[in-house]
Amino acid sequence: MNRYTLEKTVPYIVLSMIGALFLLPLLWVIFASFDANAKQALSMPSLFTLRNFSAILSDPTNIRAFIIGLFLSLGQATLVVIVGVLAAYPLSRYALKYKKPFMFTILFMTSLPITAVMVPVYQLFMFLNLQDSLVATMLFLTASGLPYGIWMLKNFMDAVPLELEESAWVDGASIWTCLRKVVAPLMIPGICTVAIFTFSMSWGNFFVPYILIQSPDKFPASVTIYQFFGTYGMVEYGKLAAFSVIYTMPAVILYLFSQKFMSKGFSFGGATKG
Amino acid sequence: MNSSSRTLTIRSIFFLLPSWFLLLIFFIGPILLTFYFSFTNLALTGAQAQQMQFVGFDNFVTMFQDANFRISVVKTILFLLLSAIIGQQLLGFLLAFLMKEKNTTFRRIIGIIVIAGWVTPEIVVAFCWVAFLNDNGTLNAIIHALGMDGVTWLYTFPLISVCIANIWHGTAFSMLVFQASLDDVPKSIEEAAKMDGASKLQILFRLIVPIVKGSIVTNMILVTLQTLGVFTLIYAMTGGGPGTATQTLPIFMYNQAFVNYQLGYGTAISLVLLLIGVVASLFYIRSMKVQV
Repeated sequence: MNRYTLEKTVPYIVLSMIGALFLLPLLWVIFASFDANAKQALSMPSLFTLRNFSAILSDPTNIRAFIIGLFLSLGQATLVVIVGVLAAYPLSRYALKYKKPFMFTILFMTSLPITAVMVPVYQLFMFLNLQDSLVATMLFLTASGLPYGIWMLKNFMDAVPLELEESAWVDGASIWTCLRKVVAPLMIPGICTVAIFTFSMSWGNFFVPYILIQSPDKFPASVTIYQFFGTYGMVEYGKLAAFSVIYTMPAVILYLFSQKFMSKGFSFGGATKG
Repeated sequence: MNSSSRTLTIRSIFFLLPSWFLLLIFFIGPILLTFYFSFTNLALTGAQAQQMQFVGFDNFVTMFQDANFRISVVKTILFLLLSAIIGQQLLGFLLAFLMKEKNTTFRRIIGIIVIAGWVTPEIVVAFCWVAFLNDNGTLNAIIHALGMDGVTWLYTFPLISVCIANIWHGTAFSMLVFQASLDDVPKSIEEAAKMDGASKLQILFRLIVPIVKGSIVTNMILVTLQTLGVFTLIYAMTGGGPGTATQTLPIFMYNQAFVNYQLGYGTAISLVLLLIGVVASLFYIRSMKVQV
C-alpha cells in the first residue's frame, strides 16, 4: 500500500473503530429489549419478542410515570415559550436602559450548573411547603429553562422585521394582537427549537424530581427507571431495557424533528443544562 | 419623561413581569439562599431543623479540614480533565476533523451513532454502561472471547468507567460544534498550504487550529461547565464509590445534605460549586464576545 492510499484509508479505519465502540452499549439495550431471556452481555436474541414492551406498557405504575414526565416536560416547555416570548418582546423591540445588564445576566445564568443550586432549592421548597408538589417542580424547571429560552427567543424575534408590525398597527391592531398574530407565527421555527430543547432537557432530568418529589406515586419516568435498576439489581434486564427504549424514544423523535428547525446552524447559545 | 415613553416602560414591565417573578423566586432566590444557608447549621432532621443558627465560617472551616472534601476536589478535577477536556473535547475534535470531506453516507452513519449517545437521557446512559461494564457484561464477554480474564471494571477502575460513560454521552456536542467551525475554514487556504508543501500535521496545527481557536476555547468552557454539574451519571453508576473513588463535588454535596442530613454544610459545598460555575460562566461570556 503506498502512502497516498494509506492516508486515505486510515481515517476510515479509525472512524469505524470509534463508531463501533460508541455503538456497542447502545446495541445491547436495543437487543435486550426484544429478548425474552436477556442477559448482561450483548447477544443476538434467540427469539425476538415484544413481551418486554407489553409488560412495561401494561403496568399502570409505568404509565403514570410517563404521564407525570409528560406533565413536567410539556408544562415546562409551554411555560418557557409563553413567558419567554413575552419577555423577548420588549427586549427585542424597545430601547430599554436595563436591557444590556438584563441580557448579560440571562446569558450568565444559561451556563450556571443547576446541580449547584439544588440544595438551596430543596430548602426553599421546604420553607414554602412546596416539597412533593409537581406543579412547583414544574415551575422551578421553567425558571431554570427560562434564561436559555429568553436568550434564544429574543434573537429569533430580532430577525422578525419591524415593518410587518408597523403595518399591522396602521391597520389598528394592538401590540397584543400584533404579538400573537404577526410576530409569533413568524417565529415558529424559533419557538419549536426552544420548546423541543426545553422538553428534551427536562424529560431526561433525573436530579430535580429526585430531590423535590418524595412520594413514589408522583415520580416521573426518569426516577422510576432509577428505582427499577437500583432496587432490583438489574434482574429483569429485558424489561429494564424495554423501559429504557420507550423512555428514550421521545428524546430521539424530538431530536430528529428539531433537525428541520436547527439546520440553519448550530448555536452556542447556552446549550448547557444537563 | 413624556407620556409615550412612560407607556413603553409600563408595557415592558408588564411583559417582563412573569419572567422576573419566576427567575427571582426559583433561580436568583436559591442562589442568594446559598450564601445565607452556608453560614448556618441547618439540618434536615433533629433540633437544628427547627432552629438553625448562624455559625459564621464554621462550615467552611470544617470543609477545608475535611479530608473527604479534598478528595472530592481532586476527583472533580480528574473527572473534568479526563472526561471533559481530554475526552469530549479532544475526541470531538478528532471525530469532526477525520470526518471532514469523507464519504457522505459514512459520515452520516458515524455521526448518527455518536449523536445517539448524546440524545440518550443520562439515566439510561448510566444503565447502558453499568450493563456494558458489569462482571458478566459485554466488555468482559469480548475479553473472555479473546482468551483473557475479565475485569470488575466498576470496582477496579471506577473513575475511568464513569469518565468513559460521560465521554460517550457528551462527545457529540463537541463534535457538532467543531464540525460547524471546521466548515468555516476556507478551503482555498488549505489548498494553498498543500501546494506549498505543508504536511497534514502542519496544516492542522499551523492553519486549522489557529482559525478555530475561538470555538475551541468557548467549547472547552461549556463542556467544563456541563461536566462540573454531572450528578446523575455518577450517582446511578457508582453512587460515588467504591469508597470515595468517584465522589465528585456534586456527589459529595448530595451526600452531606441528603444522606448525612447536614443541609448547612451541603450548602457550603454547593457554594463552592456555584463559585466555580460563576468564574467559568464569566469566562464563557467573555469568550463569546456577544453583542446585546
